[in-house]
Formats: sequence, structure tokens, C-alpha cells
Amino acid sequence: MGPVMEGADVEKFSFMTTTLNDAIGWARKYSIFQYPFVTACCGMEYMATACAHYDVDRFGAGFPRFSPRQSDVLFVVGTISHKMAPVLKRVYEQMCEPKWVVAFGVCTCTGGFYDNYATVMGIDTIIPVDVYIPGCPPRPENVLDGLMKLQAKIQKQKQEV
Amino acid sequence: MDAAALAEQIKTKFPNLVLEAGVNRGYATVVIKKEGVKAFAESLKNSPGFEFNMLMDVTAADFLFWEEKENRFEVIYNLYSLNQKHRLFVKALVPETDTTIDSVASVWPAANWYEREVWDMFGIVFKGHPNLKRILMYEEFQGHPLRKDYTYNRRQPLIGPMN
Repeated sequence: MGPVMEGADVEKFSFMTTTLNDAIGWARKYSIFQYPFVTACCGMEYMATACAHYDVDRFGAGFPRFSPRQSDVLFVVGTISHKMAPVLKRVYEQMCEPKWVVAFGVCTCTGGFYDNYATVMGIDTIIPVDVYIPGCPPRPENVLDGLMKLQAKIQKQKQEV
Repeated sequence: MDAAALAEQIKTKFPNLVLEAGVNRGYATVVIKKEGVKAFAESLKNSPGFEFNMLMDVTAADFLFWEEKENRFEVIYNLYSLNQKHRLFVKALVPETDTTIDSVASVWPAANWYEREVWDMFGIVFKGHPNLKRILMYEEFQGHPLRKDYTYNRRQPLIGPMN
């Protein structure tokens, strides 16, 4: 084992790695390919957000892929029933790393006002969730806020390559 | 034909089957015994003057906690005549001890999926139905969720924790 690096050397070295990390994070947060898993009325608000007026393309998320294998972010939009739960889990498992999940609307966050035999009480009981966007349904501004929080999270995390 | 006259006509035509006939919220409504429901349906569909050629809905109601109700379930048929432009509600009484009733899917094919839904939600067996299996809930589901004795927060998840 060689001598321990000190002072200026260490800073130089960490400057390189953190900058690479930041660069990959920057690239990833502005090229979100999303998979919209739309099951219910929140889908309308998702469409409103995705279309020209609010325009998620400003955030680099304007390219929905309808195959989980090509997507980075799983947007779970709308109520998930127990019958649908295995499908959602399977879609999540088909996505490649790195991947993120957004719970869109209060039904996906907690089950919302449903408390019955049919509804999953929050998708985080099935799959891990990165960003929760509550609201019934959330306004497009709220969705964009959630999207920006996801971007901040992607930027900050350690980038696995 | 107005609703009261229609209900009265049906009662006079089927005196043994019809228990009550009257007008409920503006619509002719008859309460029948469940035994003759299929013959009753065929007759309503084919008799001139009635011609109920459209089955708009089949549903059920659970009167578990109603002390004044002798029979726990009612299967409710919503019939409409496209020719005569009149509507009829038929309620067939189904006791808790024998939750079966004849299927009317052979009379109105529309009844097929409605009866499957009633079986799924209330557990009423439709005898003679071509394909009586669950339509909304999954096969693994135990019980019938719209029965009043199905606890509202009882969960049967396929995956994930019991929440």
C-alpha cells in the first residue's frame, strides 16, 4: 500500500469523481423516459401535464415509452386494485436499473378514500416509491413540482453506471 | 300504458307468481317468487302488449339487518320494452337458506355477465347459467364482498402485506 494521499491531491481526485457523478446525474434527470401506468381518473391530469400547456418535455420527460424495458421512471397513475397488483409488480420488475417510481395521486400514495376489499392501500406496500405526488387528482403544477423533486433526487444520488 | 296499469296487468296475468305489484318512484315494480322466474321472463319477453325485449340490468340487494324483511336477498331485474316504451322492475325474493335462482341468460343473453357479477358480489347461484364464474374479483378471492356480513376492511391481497 502506497503513501496516503493528502491535501491537494485528494481534492483533485474527488473533484474528478464528483463531477462525473454530477454529469451523469444531469444527463439522467433531463432524459426521463417514463412508463405511464394509468389505471384511473388521475390519467386525465397526467395527460394535461404531458400536453403542450404544461409540457413535461421542458423537463426532458416528454417521451413516454410503452414498454417497461425501455423506461426509467414508472408513473403509477390511479387506483391500484389487488387484482392489478401482480401486474404492477411485474412491470416494475421488467424495468432496467436505474429506475424510479412516482406515486401519482393519493390512491397510489395511501389508497386515498378507498378502504375496501378491492384497493391496495398504497403502492409502497408492493414496490419502492421515490416520489409521492398527493392530490385527488393532483394539479399539473403539483405534478411538475413532483417531477422536479424527482430530478433533484436523481441529481443528488450516487450514479451507478 | 302507465305504470300502475302495467303493474296491475302483470299481477292479473300471473296471479300465483306475483306477490306484490305497484308503482315505486314512478316505475312499475313487481315482487315475485323466485321459482317461476324463468317462465315469467319468457312470458314477459314474448307476450304481446308487454314485449320486454331489453334487459337493462340485473343486480341484487342484501337485507341482512332488516328485521321486517323475511328473505335476505332480492334479485332485481330492470326490463324495458323498446316497442312499448315502458319499463318494469322485477324483484325476486331469495332466502338465505337457498341462495339459488334460475338463470335468465337463455331468455336475454345480456343477463350472462350481469348474473356473473351478482354471483361474484352476492354469491347467488344462477342455475342453468352457461359460464358462472367470477367476473370482477380474482379466482383466489374468498367470499362475496357486497354481502353485508363481509367486513368492509377485510383484505385478500394477491401479493403484498395484509393492509
